[in-house]
Amino acid sequence: MKKVEAIIRKSKFDDVKKALHEIEVNFFSYWDVTGVGNEKQGHVYRGISYSTSDIQRRYLEIVISDDFLERTVNTVLEAAYTGNVGDGKIFVSDVLEAYRIRTRENGHDGIN
Amino acid sequence: MEAGLFTANNIWMMVCTALVFFMHSGFAFLEIGLTRQKNTINILFKNIFIITVGLLMYYIGGFNLMYPGFADGSAGILDFAGFGIAAPENGMTPEYADGGYTWWTDFLFQGMFAATAATIVSGAVAERIKIGPFMIFTIIYVGLVYPIVGSWQWGGGFLSTLGGDDAGFYDFAGSTLVHSVGGWGALIGIYLLGARIGKFGDKGEIKAIPGHNIPMATAGVLILWLGWFGFNGGSVLSGDPELTSLVLVTTSLAAAAGGVGSLILSTILYKNLDLTMFLNGILGGLVGITAGADLMSPNEAVVIGLIAGFIIVLGVALIDRLRLDDPVGAVTVHLICGIWGTLAVGIFGAKAGGDQFLYQLAGVGAAATFCSLTAFIIFYSLKKTIGIRVSKDEEIEGLDLHEHGMDSYADFRMNQH
Repeated sequence: MKKVEAIIRKSKFDDVKKALHEIEVNFFSYWDVTGVGNEKQGHVYRGISYSTSDIQRRYLEIVISDDFLERTVNTVLEAAYTGNVGDGKIFVSDVLEAYRIRTRENGHDGIN
Repeated sequence: MEAGLFTANNIWMMVCTALVFFMHSGFAFLEIGLTRQKNTINILFKNIFIITVGLLMYYIGGFNLMYPGFADGSAGILDFAGFGIAAPENGMTPEYADGGYTWWTDFLFQGMFAATAATIVSGAVAERIKIGPFMIFTIIYVGLVYPIVGSWQWGGGFLSTLGGDDAGFYDFAGSTLVHSVGGWGALIGIYLLGARIGKFGDKGEIKAIPGHNIPMATAGVLILWLGWFGFNGGSVLSGDPELTSLVLVTTSLAAAAGGVGSLILSTILYKNLDLTMFLNGILGGLVGITAGADLMSPNEAVVIGLIAGFIIVLGVALIDRLRLDDPVGAVTVHLICGIWGTLAVGIFGAKAGGDQFLYQLAGVGAAATFCSLTAFIIFYSLKKTIGIRVSKDEEIEGLDLHEHGMDSYADFRMNQH
């Protein structure tokens, strides 16, 4: 099994979620994070200009069977894309075990 | 005077008392809105302390220090009518104040004013002052300094008779006696306290420390505007239809013009539409009209407000350039615009004239000298004995945690900085 971690723009979340559902990826967790990167947002407060690269993003964690990996990554790449600096990142790592708490199924059955 | 009129006058004054009281809510919201979440409990605590202890100080001796009844021929500088409050024999009759209000109303209305002078300081010293020294400062400043300055004018003291019995310094509702008194305390406080960590960079560059709740700041300013209906409306000292209605008009026009003045200048200078400058501008206009709200025509009120609005934008920048840190713009709003409003009485309106301008200058100077001196003595002594500033760690982690052990938004996390 694989874990796909995606850091995306908050404004693209709905598109990504919908696209994932369309390829039958229906389970994932997400939370809001602040990230530092290349994008900068210009701010002005009482006459003082400051640029902050501390920007709000949404972090998705999707655990899927190996055979879903390629289509999941491609779907996120497509749906989260705008072409501007700051679109985000995707990381893929291995998952050793996965369980469904309600039925105690593990492995492939636990996440499908 | 017939009973109905006396009752009507007193009712208006009591309503105004309640409106001025409500300004403390405005100050509290404005201050927390423009500062960081980690210090919210501390700032609210200071505001609640001021209205409770301040009012009690006024009851214990402040009122009788401010209205001691100077004897004929006295210098009109310092006198005291005794501890506690005790109504005079005619206190509840129309004889007391030309039928404008009863003695009880007089005490409470003035008491509400007293507390607003201290709360001006609390905004400027926010986020780094130790709570103990601040409480001590408040007790002395509200208990002694404010009433003494007030006695020089409203209490019949030397400022009110500078030009003889009928002419002298004029401060309708307290641009000098309330706002600049608070403003000087704020200026001395931030000078001795130093800037917040992170406000000025290594090379002296100015950094922004954005407030954590702009909706609250907005609510605060609107509440303060509302309170000013009582602050100025009640300073007529009766329910006189013509004067009260004129004063409400000049007050609100100046507020609106102040906001627009700040909006225009800050947009031109900084190329953005800054809500907090807009809000400060409204307050600047209100403070600016406070010295002469009953003397100005509507047009003059608008001009005074507009100029106050410009002063706000320039003043906030000036305070920053002087390497002084004023999180809420208290010094600009209350001190600088307080001085402007006071001097405007000699430039515009029914009392405009060279002599009056000099009287106004004298009043500004008297308050400046006495207030900065006393504020300096109090803050400096505290600084040298128990210290007035929290430690670096406390300041970075927040006063709520260290001075109070409390969380202002216990189950609601916002981005902290």
